[in-house]
Amino acid sequence: MSKYTMQLMVCGGTSCNSAESDVIVCNLRDEIEAKGLSDKVQVITTGCFGFCGKGPIVKVMPDNIIYVQVKPEDTQTIIEEHVIKGRKVERLLYRDPKTNEIAGDSKHMSVFKKQLRIVLRNCGVINPENIDEYIARDGYQALGKVLTEMTPEQVIKVVNDSGQRGRGGAGFPTGLKWDIASKNKADQKYVVCNADEGDPGAFMDRSVLEGDPHSVLEAMAICGYSIGASEGLIYVRAEYPMAIRRLKIAINQAHEYGLLGNDIFGKGFNFDITLRYGAGAFVCGEETALIHSMEGLRGEPTIKPPFPAQSGYLGKPTNVNNVETFAAIPVIILKGAEWFSKIGTEKSRGTKVFALAGKINNVGLIEVPMGTTLREIIFQIGGGIRNGKKFKAVQTGGPSGGCLTEKHLDMPIDFDNLIAAGSMMGSGGMIVMDEDNCMVSVAKFFLDFTVDESCGKCAPCRIGNKRLHELLSRICDGKGIPEDLDRLRNMSLVIKDTALCGLGQSSPNPVLSTLDNFMNEYEAHVKDKKCPAGECKNLMEYVVNEENCVGCTACARVCPVNAISGQRKEVHHIDPTICIKCGACKEKCKFDAIFIR
Amino acid sequence: METIKLTIDNKEVEVPKGTTINKAAKKLGIDIPTLCYMELKDMNIENKPGGCRLCVVEVQKRRNLAPSCSTNCEEGMVILTHTPRVLNARRTVMEFILSDHPKDCLVCPKSGNCELQSMAHRLGIRDIPGQEYAEMSTYRKDFSPSIIRDLDKCIMCRRCETMCNTVQTVGALSAVNRGFMAAVAPAFEQNLEFSTCTYCGQCVAVCPTGALTEVNHVPNVLRALADPSKTVIVQTAPAVRAALGEMFGMKPGTLVTGKMVTALRSLGFNYIFDTDFAADLTIMEEGTEFLDRLNRHLKGDKTARMPILTSCCPGWVNFFEEYFPDLKDVPSTSKSPQQMFGAIAKTYFADKIKVDRKDLVVVSIMPCLAKKYECQREEFSTDGNRDVDFSISTRELGEFIKQANIDLNNLEEGEFDVPMGESTGAGVIFGTTGGVIEAAVRTAYELQTGKKLERIDFTELRGLEGVRSATIDFDGLPINIGIAHGLGNARKLLDDVRAGKSQFHAIEVMACPGGCIGGGGQPLHHGNSEIIKARAAAIYAEDKSKPLRKSHENPFIIKLYKEFLDKPNSEKAHHLLHTKYFDKKKKIIVKQ
Repeated sequence: MSKYTMQLMVCGGTSCNSAESDVIVCNLRDEIEAKGLSDKVQVITTGCFGFCGKGPIVKVMPDNIIYVQVKPEDTQTIIEEHVIKGRKVERLLYRDPKTNEIAGDSKHMSVFKKQLRIVLRNCGVINPENIDEYIARDGYQALGKVLTEMTPEQVIKVVNDSGQRGRGGAGFPTGLKWDIASKNKADQKYVVCNADEGDPGAFMDRSVLEGDPHSVLEAMAICGYSIGASEGLIYVRAEYPMAIRRLKIAINQAHEYGLLGNDIFGKGFNFDITLRYGAGAFVCGEETALIHSMEGLRGEPTIKPPFPAQSGYLGKPTNVNNVETFAAIPVIILKGAEWFSKIGTEKSRGTKVFALAGKINNVGLIEVPMGTTLREIIFQIGGGIRNGKKFKAVQTGGPSGGCLTEKHLDMPIDFDNLIAAGSMMGSGGMIVMDEDNCMVSVAKFFLDFTVDESCGKCAPCRIGNKRLHELLSRICDGKGIPEDLDRLRNMSLVIKDTALCGLGQSSPNPVLSTLDNFMNEYEAHVKDKKCPAGECKNLMEYVVNEENCVGCTACARVCPVNAISGQRKEVHHIDPTICIKCGACKEKCKFDAIFIR
Repeated sequence: METIKLTIDNKEVEVPKGTTINKAAKKLGIDIPTLCYMELKDMNIENKPGGCRLCVVEVQKRRNLAPSCSTNCEEGMVILTHTPRVLNARRTVMEFILSDHPKDCLVCPKSGNCELQSMAHRLGIRDIPGQEYAEMSTYRKDFSPSIIRDLDKCIMCRRCETMCNTVQTVGALSAVNRGFMAAVAPAFEQNLEFSTCTYCGQCVAVCPTGALTEVNHVPNVLRALADPSKTVIVQTAPAVRAALGEMFGMKPGTLVTGKMVTALRSLGFNYIFDTDFAADLTIMEEGTEFLDRLNRHLKGDKTARMPILTSCCPGWVNFFEEYFPDLKDVPSTSKSPQQMFGAIAKTYFADKIKVDRKDLVVVSIMPCLAKKYECQREEFSTDGNRDVDFSISTRELGEFIKQANIDLNNLEEGEFDVPMGESTGAGVIFGTTGGVIEAAVRTAYELQTGKKLERIDFTELRGLEGVRSATIDFDGLPINIGIAHGLGNARKLLDDVRAGKSQFHAIEVMACPGGCIGGGGQPLHHGNSEIIKARAAAIYAEDKSKPLRKSHENPFIIKLYKEFLDKPNSEKAHHLLHTKYFDKKKKIIVKQ
């Protein structure tokens, strides 16, 4: 067993790393060496803890203490106070934004309390660059079990019985997918891992690849055994350099250990994995587009059927699963279908990883059982809305999803409920909006993304989305007319009804869901030419409240375009024809004399 | 065969498994509109990217609408093709497409022939909502010697891509950019001129809109005709007479040779000649060259390479210069009939009528767009004066005739002028796949064996199969002949030649599917091979009607050699009627 008595686990995910967690690791090691503690205290770079908004994270084990927003200069204090004297460094502990209470240890932090980590089981726990740590956590046991004790049919049955549905967005049953691929006879088949995560704000795949790459490799090999494939490919975004680096390390280590390659576990099963880099096109997350991209063709979808399971990569049967889907497979195999199927809701088993973002206190990555309500996620795990503002909406499923509101907060989240509510699971992005967000602008923002990311193959997506975006821009600019709202709805419905692939079919969702839930805001824009949330610049006017204005001239001095006139100690005026609505005057005014109309 | 039963618009239909909804509907007489879809039956090629989404239909129990061109029928399907939902979707998508399409129909070269225009008409589009503020995707126009690309009009149907890549394997065109700016263009959005394009024009032939059109040379021809100091002569390629009638409402396959001559005379050309004459001349040169190489080869001369490849097709010449420059000594050095005609016209004929070559304007009417490029090749001019000044396509000629208030239907049959209007049946069949080699065989046989050919129709060389082969008995000497039309098929034979596996003595290649009758400059046939077959039948009918059917029997050809060229492959003939090829393999340069 380990000779170490204490371990300092530093998050080495992309987010913490860009906040200098690598420097923190070096500093900690230097300090430990300087204090002669090298044989007692170990510093480990781990994967993501999921608490990204408060990174960099340093976790002290076995005390289970989490330090947040650690800076490189804090390392000396941590070593001297906590490691040597056994005293917690209070100023680095997490404070609950509502109660302002200091959390004692990670078990008592609301952000972790409601979570159930299956996919993320090893993230933040092991050193992803060390296969031994993965193996120590039952890693590659599932592969061993499958190869030594089970037939391919039995493996597929377990996956089928577990009720797991694909985590890439559409929620297609994983077992069924494997079953179809296994039944298509061919001299060569392929297992593809879709790691082309593209939703803005979603980073669950990246975190898994960075924090626990072996779980994906192991699952791919299990899949290969089940469907009869000897080659695996991971299509990963080239913008994920750390994930790529760790995958390469993991593949090499697995090779060294004989867990990839020829005759794995001496059972005559060969399986190898290679990486393919994507150039970051959103549409390449669609499986046919992804396969075309891997083949060196233009990344655009083709009509299904044929499905990849019939004719995929290089025309051979290909099983494409998402990172998150794969990562859960080894656990399902080891703990059994029954165990997994007891988690979650009837039609959506297991857990789901969500990326919390937007106007929420705890930004980061969480994993909860299916069926958890939005309220639990946003207000308990997420710690509620930032700055005490009022919750307005949450966009689930990224740009393809829809905006859900107050009335949806107590709905148990699963694939079908989200679709029924006019949104979707997608890959699990969750963007929280507060009262300051204009919902027309939100719809415009997401359309901006899909217009950019459309491959251009089919007319509704190529041109229709552009027209939607144009119309939304006009409405935000105050140029909309009431009839535009009908056009907006009609165009959205037609695009949804006619677009070729999932990207186009779901791209109008943000428009439709905001039209459904926030019609009053749209109407305010087109009828009253007002933006109730005060976000649309062209629809607002900065005005001086004559009663409050004391003529201090502070606003006039700060105005970058000299739009404010007035003598000292006299009421000032803002010229709306010059004003660029930057808001500097309002911010500067100490007398609350400037308001938005 | 396994069949499937389904209901379309409340009517039952039974179709073979694998049939698309669209085809099943056709069986019931229901014509679901399509735009991007294109079927090339004989080549077994379908372009169905499912991109335009105009052919959508409602399928019961399906969440969204289904593209009927690319959705296969399933047992028990219930399909509705014109519900309010479907009609609204079609109209809205069409409005999308039109909102990003220039509205210059009045002056568009495709006006009247534009499938987008017809579709807008068919769907009854009268207004494009939001047009006044709709941004358009705009691109730089590209002018090449043969083809103009106006991508503002590209609707991403991808038909050109299918022709260029799947059929022709030229690989000049593919989709570039994404989203709103997506269009089909050469790599790096280079000009066509700097791409691997062979100017075969098959992309132009299938483009439903004005995005791909030919360079129009009619205005140049008009200027020449209007200039009293110029003598303007015209040559007409064999495939033109078999298709021109279609532009005047005639049935495909109607021969209009005589009417065409009358129309040209009426347009003001001074002499109406026939490229068929030059085709006969080509046979003399190419046939002699073939026999020379064959006999040297049979004697064991290693420098005599077999097979010989025909060289009358400029698209084909461009193709091997681009893709097979290592084999550039394999094709015959004979110029194409168009250029042989030009070379003889500007020397022999100019002398005869005592006109300086600079005042003699040679116009060619061709079924081809590559001919426009060919006549501009540097090696085909003397002191900057081209042997063939302008080449216009069958389509351009049709338009030209219409502009001159001439109705081809009502014209008398005219006669070509002498001496360069006289031809044999062998010259005529140059217009169809297999024709050049059949003409060559007719002459080569008699020259080689010294015997009279009993059977003139070599039906084993005819047909529309993409790659064909036959062995012709040259009086005990078996001659293996290969034929390919469509550059993709040519590539297959060329790969064999490159690998040294080819067993052929001679190979005929025509770049366009069907040969010149299916050329890029012909009236649009929209992939309908019945039209191609009818044109081929017309060509063979004209051949059959000719009193002379072997090139070497053409009395004016005999006279030409006697008076001017001496004998086939003579020094003079070499100078005027032969050419050389260049390595044009493109080196892609990406600007940093």
